[in-house]
Amino acid sequence: MNRLSGILLLIVGVLVVEAPAQVTFERLINASKEPQNWLTYSGDYAGSRFSSLDQVNTANAHSLMAKWVYQTAATGKFETTPLVVDGILYATAQDDRAFALDARTGRPIWMYQHQLPSDIRPCCGRVNRGLAILRDKVFLGTLDAHVIALDAKTGNIIWDVAAVDYKQGYSFTLAPLVVKNIVILGVSGGEYGIRGFIDAYDADTGKRKWRFYTVPGPGEPGHDTWEGDSWKIGGAPAWVTGVYDPGTDQLFWPTGNPSPSNRGEGRAGDNLYSNSLLALDADTGKLNWYFQFTKHDEHDWDATQVPIMIDSGGKHLIAQANRNGFFYVLDRTTGKLLSTNAYARITWSDSKDAEGRPVANNQSSPTPEGRTVCPGALGATNWMSPSFDSRTGLFYVTAREQCDIFSTAPQPYEVGHAYYGSAYFPSDKAEPYWGALRAIDPATGQVKWEFRHLSPTWSGVLSTAGGLLLTGDAEGNFIALDASSGKPLWHFQMGGAVYASPMSFAVDGKQYVAIASGSSLYAFGLP
Amino acid sequence: MPTLFCQKTFSLAFWSRVFVSIPIFMGVVALLTCSTRAEEVRNPFSGDPKAAKAGEFEFRINCAFCHGLGARGGGRGPDLTRAHKRHGDSDAELFQNISQGIPGTVMPANGTNGQGVGMTDDEIWQIIAYLRSIQMQAPAKSIGNAAHGKELFYGDANCSSCHMVEGKGGRLGPDLTAVGTARTVDSLIESVRIPSQRLAWGLTESTKEFAQEYETVTVVTADGHEIKGVTLNEDQFSLQMMDTSERVHLFEKDKLRSFQKSRKSLMPAYNQSILSDQDLDDIVAYLLSVNTK
Repeated sequence: MNRLSGILLLIVGVLVVEAPAQVTFERLINASKEPQNWLTYSGDYAGSRFSSLDQVNTANAHSLMAKWVYQTAATGKFETTPLVVDGILYATAQDDRAFALDARTGRPIWMYQHQLPSDIRPCCGRVNRGLAILRDKVFLGTLDAHVIALDAKTGNIIWDVAAVDYKQGYSFTLAPLVVKNIVILGVSGGEYGIRGFIDAYDADTGKRKWRFYTVPGPGEPGHDTWEGDSWKIGGAPAWVTGVYDPGTDQLFWPTGNPSPSNRGEGRAGDNLYSNSLLALDADTGKLNWYFQFTKHDEHDWDATQVPIMIDSGGKHLIAQANRNGFFYVLDRTTGKLLSTNAYARITWSDSKDAEGRPVANNQSSPTPEGRTVCPGALGATNWMSPSFDSRTGLFYVTAREQCDIFSTAPQPYEVGHAYYGSAYFPSDKAEPYWGALRAIDPATGQVKWEFRHLSPTWSGVLSTAGGLLLTGDAEGNFIALDASSGKPLWHFQMGGAVYASPMSFAVDGKQYVAIASGSSLYAFGLP
Repeated sequence: MPTLFCQKTFSLAFWSRVFVSIPIFMGVVALLTCSTRAEEVRNPFSGDPKAAKAGEFEFRINCAFCHGLGARGGGRGPDLTRAHKRHGDSDAELFQNISQGIPGTVMPANGTNGQGVGMTDDEIWQIIAYLRSIQMQAPAKSIGNAAHGKELFYGDANCSSCHMVEGKGGRLGPDLTAVGTARTVDSLIESVRIPSQRLAWGLTESTKEFAQEYETVTVVTADGHEIKGVTLNEDQFSLQMMDTSERVHLFEKDKLRSFQKSRKSLMPAYNQSILSDQDLDDIVAYLLSVNTK
């Protein structure tokens, strides 16, 4: 028996060595120790979107060149952030495609396309932002509100569960987040009068472990922030991937607009937990604290921007550049607001409440005739990822300068139908919209510098240990900047507008930076 | 059920299934069958005031961005209260145009402008019911003498030195062949009297592949030549422009000595002393008369 055990142990030992693609929770926690891989949507649990690879750096970025291009054969906005694990790249594309590529060459290994019903009605394109991975599975949330586990080696379906009835306007567009053995997703549908939630599923079985409704039901704290029955269709989706703090075993997940998005009549109150940051216990989904950025929102200013955990001077902070135009720093232990500063043009607020939170002035509510407010309907930023580089100490965000006329359009609620209660238009006096990559010092909240874009971009930002910032623009350029000054060092015209955030990885000791543009995924490297 | 079948054929999802699941010639047969039947398509909400009201809100949310709050035309989209619409007046044509967009124009297909959620077939029909409810019964009275306007356009008013209509004229400013069907009379008049008030609108962002706004641009090349003209296209690093002699220039911005862009139009402002109100009305009448067949 002893001898047999020895042989078995040997075999097991060999198997372990031969299965390097097993992404464990420990690897996810320690993602920074394997910078050649990109294991989660934001690259780490803190949400930093920072790569500690430095082979491509300020000295040689001018010689970056396209290494391969993968075409999805799909149309519409291509919003994915790929994952890379040990030489294999996993990503999604429009219409709920998922695929695995040889990360060195871009050659496909497998492709999966979810069969979508013809009557889905995603608000903002047939988009998907990426996958999550754990052990031998990748996880996909779909436009018909399914959660699917695929075999990482083949793309075969391991399990497929419907989270909710998509016909009521629910969908998933975000990259899920894996923590321990659960897969976490927030739902989309703030344009349909849904009741938002964040779900956690068992990674092995697909069984739902918990659901946190972002609109409290009767008897729950916060329920009284909704007028009458408005909570039932209160919105507050959670359509961007949150972050996770292993130290306190908490998720920090941002939520979106109350419904209808631009008409507050009928939903008097603060409308919790719309436009908030939620601190949830990862095992149970229990709410530890919340912070609401915009109370009783009437401008569709979702707080669905990736928050970034920053540890500085012994303080455990979390920072968000919010769609409403303010940059917020919170103590992530307590949820207490520490500072807030405008990083883009705002006209909706000129005072702060006792907690320091900017409050709306009396010139900001939409009217039937329309009222000009800055930022506009798409916000001072949106879902495109920010980045934090602890070496420069700067928080980088894609900003948009746009003011709009907000006009109400009363609309009855109908199940599964668009439910905005509003319309918006460019202001008559509007300059052409423009955008900028802004570097914010979280210690002061001040914008240190900006790189001005010709027009607003939907590209996020990657910072790297090579001293670089990578970002894309609406005209199709991929651009490398000096992270300390914002000076452009290199660009490449990819031929399609960017609606995605860049990432970086390495294979065989060679660093790549990758980004989606048009209908193609590009990987760049040194000659 | 022919109506339903035809509506279905308007959806992209349907065609992708058609082309995937049956031989292409079958798809062509379906298309031919349907284009015949499309003529018979009628609005199920025709004359229903409740549907028209619902359509008004749908219109605000989905259409007013370009066509204006009351459908009387905005900077980008035409006045839809006119009985005659350039791309078709029938229910079937309106449905088709809303659902599929209009190729060659900035009119996007339903749900593809990246900003709305897209409409159901019923919601599109409600919008058509709304448009019918506000449609002006008599065609707009001609405001001037189109024949005289044409003479002025190609003659004394000098419009054709920079603008083309039906293939004749200059290239520095926008082609005005379709402008009469795309713009309101008020915006045409404003564009002549105060050209810089509103440059040609850029396309909405999602379709902004080619956003010509006719901004005035002045560059000084590395060897000191100053060139003035309009932008044809531009990104962060390069500029494609046409100078006042209609020469096309392609520049990398960092190789220029200077680069200045202005939203003050190169077009002179035609005040009353240059162009009388009557003459302007005649030119507008000419532009309205073009391309209305």
